[in-house]
Order: sequence, then C-alpha cells, then structure tokens
Amino acid sequence: MSNGTARIPVTVAEVLEVNELIKRFRFVRTGGGHLPTFSGGSHVVVEMNDQGTRRLNPYSLMSDPADTSSYTISVRRDDMGRGGSLFMHRQVTPGMQMQIGPPVNLFPLDLRGRKHLMIAGGIGITPFMAMTAQLDARGERFELHYAARSRALGAYMDFLETRYGDRVHLYVDEEGQAIDLAGLLSRQPIGTHLYVCGPKPMLNWVLSTARKMGWPDGAVHSEEFLGAPVGKRFQVELAAAKKTITVEGNQSLLEAIEAAGVEAPYLCRGGACGQCETDVLHCDGHIEHNDHWLTAEQKASGTKIMTCVSRFEGKRLVVDR
Amino acid sequence: MGLDFFKQETFRDDYTFRNSPEAIRRFPFPFAEDSYMYSVNMEPHVAGPKGSVFEHMFDVDEHYLSEMRDRAMVLRDDPLRCQSLPHMTLAGWDLLELIMESKARDYPDWFELHKTGNRWTWINRPMEIEQTFTFLNESTLPHGPMEYITRQTQGDFTLQDQRDNNLWIDAGMVTTQADWSLDFDIGMGFHEWHAPVPHAHQMGVFDRALKFLLKLQLGAPVRRFNWTMTVDPILDTSPETYPKWGPSKATLTLDNIGHRQHLRVELQSLHRLPRSNAIAFPIRAYLIKFEELVTMPKWARRLHRVVRDVHPDLATYKGFLRNRDLMVQYLSQFDDGKPTSPGWWPEPE
Ligand code: HEM
Ligand code: FES
Repeated sequence: MSNGTARIPVTVAEVLEVNELIKRFRFVRTGGGHLPTFSGGSHVVVEMNDQGTRRLNPYSLMSDPADTSSYTISVRRDDMGRGGSLFMHRQVTPGMQMQIGPPVNLFPLDLRGRKHLMIAGGIGITPFMAMTAQLDARGERFELHYAARSRALGAYMDFLETRYGDRVHLYVDEEGQAIDLAGLLSRQPIGTHLYVCGPKPMLNWVLSTARKMGWPDGAVHSEEFLGAPVGKRFQVELAAAKKTITVEGNQSLLEAIEAAGVEAPYLCRGGACGQCETDVLHCDGHIEHNDHWLTAEQKASGTKIMTCVSRFEGKRLVVDR
Repeated sequence: MGLDFFKQETFRDDYTFRNSPEAIRRFPFPFAEDSYMYSVNMEPHVAGPKGSVFEHMFDVDEHYLSEMRDRAMVLRDDPLRCQSLPHMTLAGWDLLELIMESKARDYPDWFELHKTGNRWTWINRPMEIEQTFTFLNESTLPHGPMEYITRQTQGDFTLQDQRDNNLWIDAGMVTTQADWSLDFDIGMGFHEWHAPVPHAHQMGVFDRALKFLLKLQLGAPVRRFNWTMTVDPILDTSPETYPKWGPSKATLTLDNIGHRQHLRVELQSLHRLPRSNAIAFPIRAYLIKFEELVTMPKWARRLHRVVRDVHPDLATYKGFLRNRDLMVQYLSQFDDGKPTSPGWWPEPE
C-alpha cells in the first residue's frame, strides 16, 4: 500500500554551490502549482538515473514549510559513497526534470515541548532549517546549537544568525570552539525537548550525555541517515519472485531488487524506518547489518535483513521477496 | 443539487430520521461476505463510484443539516465532547485545511474557499456561513480550528499525535459515538484506548494496525469499516447519556423491531496531516433501519447470517446480545437461503 511508489515530477529551478562540499538544490513542481505541505524534519526521496542505475536517496527538506512553491535540499558530496551525492553534484543542473517522493517525517517536532533545543553537526543542520522556520512562525521557543569543522563549511551560519539572533549559537571546530554540552543540558527548563542531527560520534555523545544526565528518552529525538554503505558484490535469491540477482558493490540490496523489477516497500532508505524489513529464509554466510531498526537479538538471529542498507558476504542468501 | 436536498429531521425525542430510497441505495453496507470477525481491514481511501459514499473525501449527504443541529445540541449540554490538548492546535488547522479544501473542490455548489495569502474566506451555503479569517491565527475564528470545522462536518473526529512509536488521542470532536467517551480516552495510547475490544488484541490486529499507521504517508489516506447496532435513530449513544438510550433496548418487539432497530455503520478514514505530522481519524456514522435495509434482498440475507453467527463476545461488546434472537427472527423472514454474491454492493431483485 504505502511502499513509496507515489512520485512528484519536479524541475530543478536552482543549483547553488554553498561551499566546497555542499550544493543546494531547489525544486519546483513541473507544470506549475504547489508542492505538498510538510512539517519540519521531513525528508523526500530523490530519484536519480545514474547511467542506467536507479538511485533513490533521502534528503531532509530545508526550506520554510510555510512556502510550498518550492522545496530545497542540501547535498554534501561524499567522494567515497555509492555515487548518489556525486550524481547530484556533477550531473544535476537547472532545468533538469526529476522525480521525488512525497515528504515523510521520521524526525518530527514534539509539539508538547515548551522549549525546543536543537543540536546540529555539519550537514545535519538541514532539518533544523525547516524546523526553526516552523517554530519561529508559531512563536514557539527554541535554541539552536550548530557546530561545523570550519567557518567555510558552516553552511547557513550567517543566514541563521541574521534571522534568529541570539537564539542561534555557532561553534567552529578549527577555532577551538566546542559546545559545553553538560552545561547546556543542565540549564534547560522543564518541558524542554532535545533534537540532534549530525555525524555518528556527535549523535552518540549527545544521546549518551543526555541519558547520563537523566533526560527521559521521550524528550530526546535524533536523526541519522545512513548512506547505504558500499561493499563487495554479492548474490541473493529472491524466493517469492524466483529470481537470483547480483548486488553490485556500489548498489544497495534494495536497489538491486528494484532493478530486477520486483516491488519492495521502503520509506527512508536510510535504515531508520523499518519499512523494508525482509525475512531471511536461508543464510549461509554473514549478514552485515547496517541499520538502526532491528534489535541486537534480531540481528544476531540472522532471520531479518533491512534491504536499504544491509549487505551480505558468504555462500548463499535467500530472502522472502 | 440545490439546498432543498437537505432534510429536516431529528435524532432524539420524536425520531423523524429516515433514509430516502436514494440514501438506502448508497448505504455503506459493511459486510463483503456472510460472516464477520475482526481483521486489519484497511484499504486506500481513494475515490469510489459516482454517487457512492466513497465518491468524495468527506461525504455530505441528505442528513447534513440535521446532524449538525444535533451536534450543536450535544455540545450545548456537554462542552467536554470537544477537547483539544494545547499541542494539538496545529493539527486542528491541518484538519480545517483538509476539510475546507476537499469540500470546496468536491461540492463547489455548496462550499467555497478563497485564499489571498493567509487571509481565507470560507463559504458554507447549506449552513449559511461566510467567514473570513487568518489561517493559523486562532483569534480570528469563533472557536478553535478543529471545533470550528467539525461543527460543520458530519461524523466524529479524533486527532492523534505521533510520538514514542505510538499514537495518542490528544484531541477530538465526539458527539455521534458508539458508546465510548472522549473525556475518558483523551491522552491515551493506541492499545490503551482499544483495551475494551475483545479478541482483536490476541489476534494481533492492533499491533499490526499501529505498525502500519505509524508509517501512514501524506496524501495516501486509508479507510476501514466498523459497525454496531442502535435502537432508535440516536446519533449520541455515549456512556455519559446511557440512561437516555440504554433502557430502550428492553422495549423491542417483533412488531416494532423493523422500524426501531438500526444497523450503525462507521466509515473511518485515516489521514496523515502535513504540518503537525499528526493523524486525523474521521469516524462517520451512517444509520439504517432494518425495514429500510431489507429492501435490498442481498443485504437482508447477509445481515441475517452475520447476526446469527457472530461470536457472542462481539455481540456482547457491541451491546446487542440480549436482542440477537429477536433480530435473527425478524431477519430470517427475508432469508430464503439462496447464496449471496461476494462484495458488499446491493443487488436489487
Ligand atoms: C488511530 C485511530 C483510531 C482511533 C482513535 C480508534 C478508536 C477506537 C475506539 C475509541 C474504540 C472503542 C473502544 C471502547 O470500547 O471503548 C475502538 C474500537 C475498535 N477499533 Fe479503533 N481506533 C482507531 C483505529 C483503529 C484501526 C486502524 C483499527 C484496525 C484494525 C481499529 C480497530 C478497532 C476495532 C476492531 C474496534 C472494536 C469495534 C467494535 O467491535 O465495535 N481501530 N476504536
Ligand atoms: S527503508 Fe527505512 S529502514 Fe529500510
């Protein structure tokens, strides 16, 4: 039913080089009209035709949710990745026709929050761009702490500072600035919700510090999209479809299933939502679980695989697709 | 269709509610086969055949004005039938937008919505309302956004906040309910508010339904049916007013059951809301008298078989076990034992 097959045709209206690593893309609806309204924290899946390989990568929407005349995303170039970000950086130009999925929110604001405390690292700033715009328009209380390696890489630092003044706190690693996390967390009023998005070490640091300081799990929200990792080529048997397919090193299992013309459910394509969970019928080898979804026991049992990010090495893998 | 389409009738006191032959023909009969048990019965809420209750996102039928008058009376007597926790205001605006846009698109003769930026003008011709307001500014409407629009829309509504991998019933307009209370349920999670339902928990229905709903997507609403039985055409069968409608179950006879016993069908749909990420749950109740329903031979045969065979725990939960034999006796007159065709649509003979 909701396997993400709905598509919105869009035209690239603008491509902007924000800095040496980040490009920003603005999409409008092909043929005119508004795009669907969304909530801060939402992402869309962008479909790419990368020399015959179909890629679907999730990107957070960073534009103001109140303005649905266009959507903007920022893409950080990953030279070691499977190629999605390279495709966006090298091939996508203004005027190009593309397809995106409808917005999905796996990182929503908790609207009960009396105050929203946000911590961003690097490209993890993008969902907060939309969230701060939404909160500001509703007159809600928020505070954003944003760290980047260098000022040049701190995309949107100036923009945010100009727009929100002392509600924004910036930290530049190169200049030796760092968030005093324990101090920050200890100063928060009751009813504060904490949101964090950024690279894994930062995420772990914020989440574990909050837990140690007694923050309830329900008041702490995080998002980490895993890019599907590259790996070695492997083969998989699709039991229901009666097909044996090859997953290339720079392809995800999900992409290979789709390329074989087999329908498979998904939402986030980043190991977070659970939608692509698939039963493993036979496994002679090692499943490389790269998701945040399965429990440690499920991973150990080898009976499930998340096709969007996980891989396999060994003799034989049969899945229920 | 002109405004004389809407009937003037009552759901209390003298009970003048009736279905026209056209309303009977389009009644959403909920049984696709001759038996019934709970299941994860959800399908995409896509536009159905012209004239059916699925033709539009929000069906407006001949009972519209009378149902809205009844709702206003319920709210006058008990304002707690409409509640919205403070964090649900944005979801209320989402719902207002969804309903206004749908109705203005689907019923342009009756409803209009004009927008100049955030300055909106809403025209509801049947209810003689014209309101200019600022979208997302509560002070420009006479009620909160959810209350404002659901005083003008048939069916109950609840709004579920999504957090901690659960849905929380944190707002609602509930005046046409089958014996449950918003005031009691507000703030509860999915399994907690479903606690009284027999069998379905053990069958895994609620685990699977919740898992699905947490991933419900924008622009891809789903729907399902629920049903129960109501003596006399009463919309407001609430626990709070049980003394007003409960005892009448003891007054049914073979002579009056065709006229007084109603099958009550809820067409429920689920919509992801764009700004709040909440889920709206419209619960639209349709009533039909047994004597109206048996004018469709297939429905008569099938309802007889369903009521006769339904698990006693379900009949008890739905509150009609004491009258089940009487219902079966009445309906059996219309069941010649012939096979019924699959699907719920009627086959007049
Ligand atoms: C999120 C939206 C939903 C809300 C707010 C809701 C609310 C309720 C409430 C208040 C009741 C009455 C419980 C009582 O006796 O106090 C009920 C009954 C029930 N619900 Fe839901 N529900 C929702 C979604 C669903 C879904 C998706 C299913 C799908 C399987 C479902 C299945 C049922 C069933 C089987 C019953 C028993 C009804 C009967 O036999 O009369 N509900 N629900
Ligand atoms: S698609 Fe979301 S976990 Fe795989």
